[in-house]
Amino acid sequence: MGQLLPLIAVFSYLSLLTVGGGMAAFPELRDLTVDVHHWLSLPQLIHLYSIGQLAPGPNMMMIAAVGQSVAGPLGAIVATAAFFLPTGLLTLMVGRLWVRLADWPWRASIQRGLGPVSIGLLLAGVIAIGKGVVTDWDKAALAAAVFATLMITRMNPLPLIGLAAATGAYAFR
Amino acid sequence: MPTSDAAALGEPAGQAQPPSVLAIFLAFLSVGATSFGGGVVGYLREALVSRHRWVDDPAFLELLSICQTLPGLNASNMAILVGDRLRGTMGAAAALIGICLPGGVLMVVAAIVYASTSSTDGLANAVLLGISIAAVAMVLAVSLQLGLKTVKRPADLVFVALTVFGVEVLHLPVLVVLFATGVLAILWYRPGGAPHEGDLFGRVTAPKAQPSPGPHHRGDA
Repeated sequence: MGQLLPLIAVFSYLSLLTVGGGMAAFPELRDLTVDVHHWLSLPQLIHLYSIGQLAPGPNMMMIAAVGQSVAGPLGAIVATAAFFLPTGLLTLMVGRLWVRLADWPWRASIQRGLGPVSIGLLLAGVIAIGKGVVTDWDKAALAAAVFATLMITRMNPLPLIGLAAATGAYAFR
Repeated sequence: MPTSDAAALGEPAGQAQPPSVLAIFLAFLSVGATSFGGGVVGYLREALVSRHRWVDDPAFLELLSICQTLPGLNASNMAILVGDRLRGTMGAAAALIGICLPGGVLMVVAAIVYASTSSTDGLANAVLLGISIAAVAMVLAVSLQLGLKTVKRPADLVFVALTVFGVEVLHLPVLVVLFATGVLAILWYRPGGAPHEGDLFGRVTAPKAQPSPGPHHRGDA
């Protein structure tokens, strides 16, 4: 029970960082859940994040899994609400305002300027999770194979993730 | 259309009556339950523009550009904006809950199963490691594909590098980095400032450029 307030604080803060995508919040998700609050170990967090990539819907639903493992079903609900409500209300308000600002010259500047910054945040997130996963050359080779296949074919990644799981079962046991 | 400029954005296309809150909830629930493999935005476009015709394509892309600027995930922000256009705040709430519910329930079940798996189970750990490696490769691919479209001018590379440097090397809080580089980039592209267009990676992206997101067009890392 005592963990509900920290869950609200952590996930409403993290939601403000998800400019461009959920991955942008990963560095602080790692710091806050692993190092500050000791809710999970780094491997556990990475496992839940990766399982989350298999789930349908918005790609950060793994936060429900973090909430569940910290404080049960109530924790899952609290973490999810804290993650979606603050930015949701902001989106609702700005969305109504934004369409009226179509001719405001700074609107284009904001959209244009935040584009590359959000890419930087996404890449920083990828680096943060990559450092926890790709720890030797075998793993780098598997990651490179999946990456190259996705870049070239632009296929749905789900079959590739299944294939990588099978490869892992064979190679990393 | 003198007064209908952007305020009419996202009005239901070709429908006199907006859908009920329940219909909105069910439509987004269906996307939330079936959008496997990332790229929820593509699934949303298929459902909202092609199947239900609740918004047209230009309106969808305009709403998407708002989502990409605001904090929050593109998929959940799109649900809120489209739900709001259709049925106000109740529509937005129904759409948000609908798109999150299936994945959220699934992840709670996954967390329970995960907690009951022994951490010394070699096979489970090996499988999870394989999945993690593929997930890293996937988010890198998504970020790069998005980056190739977003990074249009050499200055953009500087903003990307500054952001990565601030987070990964200086270990500054992400919010601080976001604010500092964000203000810098917005001022760079201020009205009358640096031109917005460019084709730094035009040669790379041109053959594969898509006019609009379709299913499996993974644009929401």
